[in-house]
Amino acid sequence: MTTKTLGKPGSTIPVLTVILAIILIWYAGAINLNSPQIIDRYEKKGVDWSFSQLATDSWNMKRAVLPSPHQVLMELKTTIIDKNVTSKRSLVYHAGITLSSTLVGFLLGAGLGISLAVGIVYVETLDKSLMPWVITSQTIPILALAPMVIVVFGAMGISGLLPKALISMYLCFFPVTVGMVKGLRSPQPMLVDLLNTYSASKWQVFWRLRLPSAVPFLFTSLKVAIALSLVGAIVAELPTGGQAGLGARLLSGSYYGQTNLIWASLIVAAVMSASLVSILGIIERKVCYRLSGGQEVSNEL
Amino acid sequence: MNLASTSTETNHVVQVKGVGLDFQTKDGIVSALSNVDLTISAGEFVSFIGPSGCGKTTLMRVLADLEQPTSGSVLVNGMSPAQARQQRAYGYVFQTPALLPWRTVQDNVLLPLEIMGYGKDQRQQLAQEYLQLVNLAGFEAKYPWQLSGGMQQRVSIARALSVEPQLLFMDEPFGALDEITRDHLNDQLLRLWQQTQKTVVFVTHSILEAVFLSSRIVVMSPRPGRIIDIIDCNLPTDRTLDIRESSEFLAIAQRVRAGLAAGHHYDD
Repeated sequence: MTTKTLGKPGSTIPVLTVILAIILIWYAGAINLNSPQIIDRYEKKGVDWSFSQLATDSWNMKRAVLPSPHQVLMELKTTIIDKNVTSKRSLVYHAGITLSSTLVGFLLGAGLGISLAVGIVYVETLDKSLMPWVITSQTIPILALAPMVIVVFGAMGISGLLPKALISMYLCFFPVTVGMVKGLRSPQPMLVDLLNTYSASKWQVFWRLRLPSAVPFLFTSLKVAIALSLVGAIVAELPTGGQAGLGARLLSGSYYGQTNLIWASLIVAAVMSASLVSILGIIERKVCYRLSGGQEVSNEL
Repeated sequence: MNLASTSTETNHVVQVKGVGLDFQTKDGIVSALSNVDLTISAGEFVSFIGPSGCGKTTLMRVLADLEQPTSGSVLVNGMSPAQARQQRAYGYVFQTPALLPWRTVQDNVLLPLEIMGYGKDQRQQLAQEYLQLVNLAGFEAKYPWQLSGGMQQRVSIARALSVEPQLLFMDEPFGALDEITRDHLNDQLLRLWQQTQKTVVFVTHSILEAVFLSSRIVVMSPRPGRIIDIIDCNLPTDRTLDIRESSEFLAIAQRVRAGLAAGHHYDD
């Protein structure tokens, strides 16, 4: 029997090793990137300096090119724990705004993606006419499209969550459509024949065979989609001129050279994205466990 | 055409006349069936036997309306296969159990009953009855993966029987099983056929299986798929697996083997 724990046995040490390595590289990089400015300053003041002095100063520099991990941690502490959640300086507040448009966009995108897939699988004309457009839609860079959508909706007096959610939807319906089409077509021909011998209707075949067979494919797509949805939400927050959301915080961080803020926002976005994907992974595990009749299935990310 | 009335008078469940079926492939046209004539009466157990590619499965799929013939006429219960399928006139057992992994044994047997709109109580009762018939009472709540291959195939037989069709198509149902399980299921299937008086059409490539089970054996040959011999095979109804050692059994088996050899060209 395979183990029921979520992580693989003995995965703690490798994960910690990788994190430790990243932190070490990060600190080394901070010295490398920040030291030219520090050395400049030393030379202007004409002071003697040692390497340890240089390292300490690089790691604690204000407006560093690359802030060191503990500076980012401090920024995270002040913007998450110390600030009131309703404050405009609280990353929790901005993360909440991004999360809500991510989730709305994800739901819209998943709904659109599933509907398109059902249409493509069941209507032959749609199969031929729709798929090229679905693929073409994804060749337009979202960075070019997002400002236009925001501006157009803004001109119509619609701002806030909806335009952002639409951009997320635009990004995340695609993997859902592709995965779902594949999933709906995945049942063995023999099972389709079996239901044909019962003269089952199209919808009976859909509910009793195609949909359950598509679920594992659907979850794989949904995990890709929710991560894309977050990217969409952040991109959509950039052209609003830094009003609210993690994207806005990234933008204002780069306007004012607050690199700590940029990194803190990035980390919050990454943690949020990883958590969303893991939550879907847990649901996937439970659903697929049921669909396989209680047989252990391995579903790695 | 007034074939419908004549078929009921003479009790013909299946009438096949001059059926041909060509597949278009990249290398040209492949003739899966050519000029097939066959009549099957109610209560018969008819086996199609032949090497791979002789069209035995294709012929059965034509009868079940899963494949369309390119020529000839087919009547099942006096109507077209499509009508027979829409009236749910037959049960079909596939080469593999074809069970839905997310349904329990009971729910798998319920599947056709649900689709055909049987009432809830009747569904439960029929599922119970036919699971008992294939000796699977007590396994209702198990999932397919928890059962052996032979048990899974018995579930699929119970599923085909649960809607009580008078006609049963079985496409190499025991082909994937080990010989001991296969012998056991052959024995069970023979009893089942004798009890229920159904018409069974059975595809196999095992001579022993065909002779043991059948009342008639249709010997087929490939390229093009055609019938080369039809052998009557009326062994005593109370036969057991031991009959396979008897001289009358071996005589029939010998004739089947000779037919297969005659129709099989090893030079191509």
